Amino acid sequence: MIEIEGVSFAHRGTPVLRDVTVSLPKGGLTALIGPNGAGKSTLLSLVARLQPLQSGRIAVDGMPVDRTPGRLLARSLTIMRQDTGPVGRLTVRELVGFGRFPHSRGRQTAEDHRHIDASLERFDLGDLAARGLDTLSGGQRQRAFVAMAFCQGTDYLLLDEPLNNLDPMYGRQMMRHLRDVVDGGQRTVVIVLHDINYAAAYADRILAMKDGRILADGTPAEVLTPDRLEALFGYRMEVREFEGRVHVLHHGP
Amino acid sequence: MTRAGAAGVLVLVALCGASLATGVADLSAGGAESVDTLLISRLPRTLAVVLVGAGLAVAGLVMQTLARNRFVDPGIAGTEQSAALGILLATLLWPAAPLPATMLAATLAALAGSGVFLALAQRLPPTEPHLMPLFGLIYGGVITAGVTFVAWHMDLLQYLDIWLNGDFSGVLRGRYELLWAIAAMVGLAWWLADALTIASLGREVGTGLGLDYDRMLRLGLLIVAMVSALTVVVVGLIPFVGLIVPNLVSRLRGDNLRGTLPWVALGGAALTLACDVLGRVLRYPYEIPVGTTLGVVGAAGFLALLARELRHG
Ligand SMILES: Nc1ncnc2c1ncn2[C@@H]1O[C@H](COP(=O)(O)OP(=O)(O)OP(=O)(O)O)[C@@H](O)[C@H]1O
Ligand SMILES: [Mg+2]
Repeated sequence: MIEIEGVSFAHRGTPVLRDVTVSLPKGGLTALIGPNGAGKSTLLSLVARLQPLQSGRIAVDGMPVDRTPGRLLARSLTIMRQDTGPVGRLTVRELVGFGRFPHSRGRQTAEDHRHIDASLERFDLGDLAARGLDTLSGGQRQRAFVAMAFCQGTDYLLLDEPLNNLDPMYGRQMMRHLRDVVDGGQRTVVIVLHDINYAAAYADRILAMKDGRILADGTPAEVLTPDRLEALFGYRMEVREFEGRVHVLHHGP
Repeated sequence: MTRAGAAGVLVLVALCGASLATGVADLSAGGAESVDTLLISRLPRTLAVVLVGAGLAVAGLVMQTLARNRFVDPGIAGTEQSAALGILLATLLWPAAPLPATMLAATLAALAGSGVFLALAQRLPPTEPHLMPLFGLIYGGVITAGVTFVAWHMDLLQYLDIWLNGDFSGVLRGRYELLWAIAAMVGLAWWLADALTIASLGREVGTGLGLDYDRMLRLGLLIVAMVSALTVVVVGLIPFVGLIVPNLVSRLRGDNLRGTLPWVALGGAALTLACDVLGRVLRYPYEIPVGTTLGVVGAAGFLALLARELRHG
């Protein structure tokens, strides 16, 4: 369980998160949606102790993130950031292999190699495994970073806009893989999405954020209503139900 | 070992042979005197060059990894200059200081110098990678100016050249053994290779993978400072090895330190040996200090690297 309690955060005096309290039980796929600058990435980075907490408390499976050794936390929680940043001349396989670092500290075992192979396979990177990251397309690179997060084999996966740059086929494939790992066990996925329909189709729960607050929290059908969406994004969208799932028609004139 | 690896080792062995065979004294006569020359002078010199060359190249690699910039090294970004400053201050405050005390002063100064450099360099915009070597050059230049000023004021200018221009001609048995500590630093870098590669992906990725980034930074700085201080104390400042070699290796073999570190060490040893032997034969029987030959070879190589990188965006 991820417990977030009374978390506020400010960048040089500008508030970014305002007293956020939410808990995410183990299991399930939670989508985080909201306009640019809502504070989604900040919230995930605090859970993953990439920035120091300013106020409030966050615990993962009872481990307070600011007082638990990094190595221990890295075995139960992984984060893929929105901005993956520059990487040197590394191959896809090398990068994915770094996902095993919390377990092997670099001395990879046969089990590590199995994880790496499985991750490469799952994200369709087998043919690209020996390629340098600097030679890949944006979407291929994105898949390599998600594969690294996967390879870490943690109970909790925090993914910040992992669908960036992906074509519809790989976008759908990635969501289905995430669904698989959630359905197959006790793994928990928290994912930031901008395409609301992906959230509608695959998420168990949607957290809608705006201005550093959680505006709505519930199942897709509960959160994705025309009123709520207008409050979030500032314009009216049509919502239709189709084969038991909600669909948001937001491209209208 | 791969074939390329075997070839590399062979080149290094050949260079060692050339280094052992080059010098004013003629060894072909054989006899006890030749053996003495070999054991007292040639062998220590060759070992010193190998240790320093490998160490500086690895220190350069570590520094580039921590700075996340390919164009810095301890010789141009102020670490070796800081070590010289440390020696100078030790000489001033305690003229009869034993070697370990001088060494400690040099190491502390090198730690401070490289720590300040990294802290300041982190404020440079990551979108302008070429600012960092420029900043490094200026930073190193300012420290050198400080060293020169103090030395001039205290009438110590005659020592300055010894510290600031690396030269292996004074290496004899009994006067270089401190350099073996460089081997330990290279070993430490090898032990940290995976963690260092992860650190090169940035603080956030490292933290996400459970790396204690600050500890990594401290250990990396220790490697850079120790190698620089040992080098400057024993043979004087040697430029460019830490810059040229890791860049070449990165181009040929990538950036996974677990795989590239042995190449960097080997390449550094080979380049420094080649330049040292060159300096001994060019104006035979006189010597050109290795700091000078490497300065010329290295500056040309550095400019070529910068030009290439600029052209490729
Ligand atoms: N390093 C920083 N310095 C100053 N302000 C920052 C910094 N990082 C984020 N912010 C601000 O914090 C707010 C929240 O940013 P955050 O990245 O969490 O938003 P987000 O919901 O992930 O947005 P997006 O959908 O664009 O990714 C924004 O207003 C942003 O400008
Ligand atoms: Mg974001």
